[in-house]
Amino acid sequence: MIPLMHAIEMRSVTKRFGALLANDNVNFDLAPGEIHALLGENGAGKTTLMRILYGLYRADSGEIVVGGQPAHIASPKDAIGLGIGMVTQHFTLVPTLTVTENVSLGQAGGLAFDPKAARQKVADSAARFGIEINPDALVRHLSVGERQRVEIFKALYRNARVLILDEPTAVLVPQEVDVLFETLRRLQSEGLSVIFISHKLNEVMAVCQRITVLRGGRAAGTVNKSATTQKELARMMVGRETFGVTKEGARAQGEPLLRVDGLLVLDKKGWPALKGLSFDVRAGEVLGIAGVSGNGQTELTQALAGTLKPKAGNLRVGGRNLTHASPSQLAAAGVGRIPEDRHEGVVGELTVAENLALENLQDFTANGMLDHRRIRENAEKLIAEYQIKAAPTTRIRALSGGNMQKAILARALSRKPQVVIAAQPTRGLDVGATDYVRGKLLEQRDRGAAVLLISEDLDEILALSDRIAVIYEGRIVGILRAGEADAELLGLLMSGAKEMADGIKD
Amino acid sequence: MGLKIERVPAPVWVRPLIPIIAVVVTFILTAVLVVWAGANPLEAYYHFLIAPLSSRMSVLEILVKATPLLLTGAAVTFAFSSGYWNIGAEGQLYAGAVAAAWLGTLLGGLPSFAAIPLMIVGGFAAGMLWALTPALLRVKLSVDEVVTTLLLNTVVLFVISFLLNGPWRDPVSGWPQSPQIAESTVFFKLIPRSRVHVGLIVAAITLIVVWFIMSRAALGLRMRAAGLGQNAARFAGVNVERTMLAAALISGGIAGIAGVGEVAGIHFHLIEGISPGYGYTGIIIATLSGLDPLGVALAALFIGLIDTGAQTVSRALGVPAYLGDVVQAALLLTTLGMFVLQNYRVTLVRGEKRA
Amino acid sequence: MDIFLIGLIAATLRVATPLILGTLGELFCERAGILNLGIEGIMFFGAFVGFVVAGASGSLWLGVLAAILAGALAGLLMAFLAVQLGVNQHVSGLGITLLLTGFSLFSFRLVFGEPRVPPSIDPFSRLSPLGETPILGPIFEQYALTYIALAIVPLVWWALYRTSFGLQIRAVGENPEAADAAGVSVYRVRYAALMIGSGLMGAAGAFLSLAQLGAFTYGIIAGRGWVCIALIIFGNWEPIKVLWGALLFGGVFALQLRLQTSGLQLPYEVFLALPYLVTIAALTVAGRNASYPAALLKPYKRE
Repeated sequence: MIPLMHAIEMRSVTKRFGALLANDNVNFDLAPGEIHALLGENGAGKTTLMRILYGLYRADSGEIVVGGQPAHIASPKDAIGLGIGMVTQHFTLVPTLTVTENVSLGQAGGLAFDPKAARQKVADSAARFGIEINPDALVRHLSVGERQRVEIFKALYRNARVLILDEPTAVLVPQEVDVLFETLRRLQSEGLSVIFISHKLNEVMAVCQRITVLRGGRAAGTVNKSATTQKELARMMVGRETFGVTKEGARAQGEPLLRVDGLLVLDKKGWPALKGLSFDVRAGEVLGIAGVSGNGQTELTQALAGTLKPKAGNLRVGGRNLTHASPSQLAAAGVGRIPEDRHEGVVGELTVAENLALENLQDFTANGMLDHRRIRENAEKLIAEYQIKAAPTTRIRALSGGNMQKAILARALSRKPQVVIAAQPTRGLDVGATDYVRGKLLEQRDRGAAVLLISEDLDEILALSDRIAVIYEGRIVGILRAGEADAELLGLLMSGAKEMADGIKD
Repeated sequence: MGLKIERVPAPVWVRPLIPIIAVVVTFILTAVLVVWAGANPLEAYYHFLIAPLSSRMSVLEILVKATPLLLTGAAVTFAFSSGYWNIGAEGQLYAGAVAAAWLGTLLGGLPSFAAIPLMIVGGFAAGMLWALTPALLRVKLSVDEVVTTLLLNTVVLFVISFLLNGPWRDPVSGWPQSPQIAESTVFFKLIPRSRVHVGLIVAAITLIVVWFIMSRAALGLRMRAAGLGQNAARFAGVNVERTMLAAALISGGIAGIAGVGEVAGIHFHLIEGISPGYGYTGIIIATLSGLDPLGVALAALFIGLIDTGAQTVSRALGVPAYLGDVVQAALLLTTLGMFVLQNYRVTLVRGEKRA
Repeated sequence: MDIFLIGLIAATLRVATPLILGTLGELFCERAGILNLGIEGIMFFGAFVGFVVAGASGSLWLGVLAAILAGALAGLLMAFLAVQLGVNQHVSGLGITLLLTGFSLFSFRLVFGEPRVPPSIDPFSRLSPLGETPILGPIFEQYALTYIALAIVPLVWWALYRTSFGLQIRAVGENPEAADAAGVSVYRVRYAALMIGSGLMGAAGAFLSLAQLGAFTYGIIAGRGWVCIALIIFGNWEPIKVLWGALLFGGVFALQLRLQTSGLQLPYEVFLALPYLVTIAALTVAGRNASYPAALLKPYKRE
């Protein structure tokens, strides 16, 4: 029997981070046994709201009611006690522990920890929920999809009645998404309530009953799925119906400027992350590298940035062999690099001007001494040109994500590189900054540079690429022309279910 | 009612106040020890902080104490700012002292203006040499420099003991001390009737050079980049390993000069225990300064005052002079705490307005 | 088996005892994600407190207990700084070493004045469970604390791998966010690990002043704490492997004591320095594959 009250009710929740108003008087309710989407662009405040519900953040004001009772949730422990479980985007698993240990962690139960008994309990429980996991596996050996399963199971194992999933499909291929949705529907029929955070309209429409849209930290409204359309949701989400920057037409392409041939790269643990990977990028084209997170994109980015040395293979830029080049040699040879993680690209405690000069320090140095005037002038010029909201002397960590990314773009693109390597260039940016970055990348293509776009955002790949290469387990399993690519074929390639013959790439 | 703790970045003007607040807190905490030693804390702190400043003798003595501290503080600051955790300034100081004791007997034939610079260069080289192994192990093989520099601090004491009980033992007295260094290699006095020697000028110049490198040279920017964000620095093209190696070696060299000063300016031969932990105090000074060369100067003078004051307190009130060590360490810890706490505001919240 | 070897083995166990205790103590801290460079000072403090309390009460065991409590108290301070406030662990640990060294020496002056010879105490006597049995008799002639230290090794292993608390320690040292999300109080676990670990360091110090030396001297620790830090890396953060490291170092140390008297034509300082140099060499070999606890040195703040 389903009680006639809300499973969760959040009333007038407000949360500030410094000057940023992340949640502004948000109301949200969840009915028992429903899948309720929390829809919004990056930075709309979805994750913040749910982190408050799960006790990871403390709201500045507002209240939370769970099962009709006002609740005080100061830590995840409180949330778990109230039957709330959360699967965050960054999995909260300890890689060096087994699945059993991860699931048992933090569970009250005496001083002694009996691995055998714990394992049995986990295995039994997993069977009961119909979730396939290996209790003995070390988490660091699991694929991303498997880790997500462990996370969901972990919440269920703690008797979660409400499950929060933060962008659960971002790390999955389309086929895995289907499996996840099936699991959610089954659990729902057993009485579980789910809050499904997403910014993807089709997914929300596929699996949810109700949808609450957040925009700029405020609730833009809650609608029933049956009474809405994707168009309406898009309008609620961004305040306009169409959005985004896409490329216009195909361009005549020139010579290959970037050639990667048989690249073999080991990861931090010494395992091969790239297993003889090959592709090339021509002048005036964008080659998108699509793939599920963790298939070698990080290592590819690092190898092309010069921060990870390949064990074998070749990397050529405009005919020059730069396989073992250092980051500064690559930059000097005309490779503009945008790192996967912004914060690994700039030194947060240094100023904007210093960060902008760092990559080409020899140009700002005479006899080993810094030319502070040139450093400042360079910064002023780039700040104006790239519309960075900052002063040259601002510490760069104080910049918003979008402005920080603009600074990185400025540094990488100001010297008109012939090759541009952009890894996850818009991850975590708001709509405006995303459009700006995508526009800049297409500008590079149009002026004749070879652009390599490594992104886990399939929409981004489809919007910008002239050709799309799919990476799977450290190899390119297929290269398609933009016109030939559709989500289903890409999904099959990304999941390793299909591999295309080498001949297809042109 | 409850306490509400929020993260609120401190206004800029708070930062310079931190050391002052830390000093006050430290003295309140350590007052317990003074009482235990049977003295009046106020009286003790008068002798600690005011008395040393009231006589010419003890003011000059503060400068004497501050001379090696300026150098070890600069050495540690230099290494730390590049992200290299050189805890080995103590050992590198001793290496410099060994070089000075050796060169001091060798360069007797040279005039002072040639001998003294050679002593400094020799001490710098020796400090660098002692810093070389852990630095190479760190940048080539990723061996933790904290552990290796600490272990070498112990090893250097055995080297000294070997030299003083073996080849360098004073043949006349049989004391474990090296032969007296030649007159021309002695760091001459800056101020008559005091122990203030030319090493103070050397230390001041070194500190200015350190400031200059850190803020004006490309190496300094590379060092700070490597220290503040190693991965980002590497991405931007900084050769982090080479930068760290340079910082580690220069740091060792500067600490070596401190050893030269103690031999050539104070003791005139090498003895065991020539440093009562100046290398470790350098870490305190670097931290108090916030890795800022100007701050190093102030902190070194202040620690010099505490060292001198501890002697005064001991003589006047019979409180063990080790109080000075306790105060220094407590000051370090309270300062560390203050740097964090400045960014928090604790307010008393009434009612039940809790989310 | 000849006398030399038997003596060497017996001495190895003796010399290794404080290293085993200290290293296991540091192991607790580091597995929870905190590098405790206070170890050198905590051992010194433990040696001093143990010595004073034993002398005043007439009970050596009370001295050991006091040393453990003193160590735990120091661990509490370290936890406040490194866990609560999240300050730099290198500097705060060294600061604690300097603080406790200074405080011990200050207190020593107040209690003992300036004696010409270090004050001494009737130390623990060795147990001799096998009496005069050849070979094994002398080897087993050890202090009770040595037996306890050896027994603690499997106990620590059990605590880390077979208790919920141990699971929590391993989790907060690898991924505190995950532990926190699982409802584990990261702070509480780290506080506890630091206090237990530092208590063991205190006991290590007390062994030196109350058993091995029966006296308190300024140089009583002589860098043994730093050796413990190195042994952890050498032992790859595993209690059993760490034991081998401690025995290896103890062996080299015991060997140098014997070589000094063997009439070899080398200055004895070479032998004194040998264990430290061997440790650096071992670190160079082992350190390359070291698998540091992923969260070591990283303070945890939830926002």
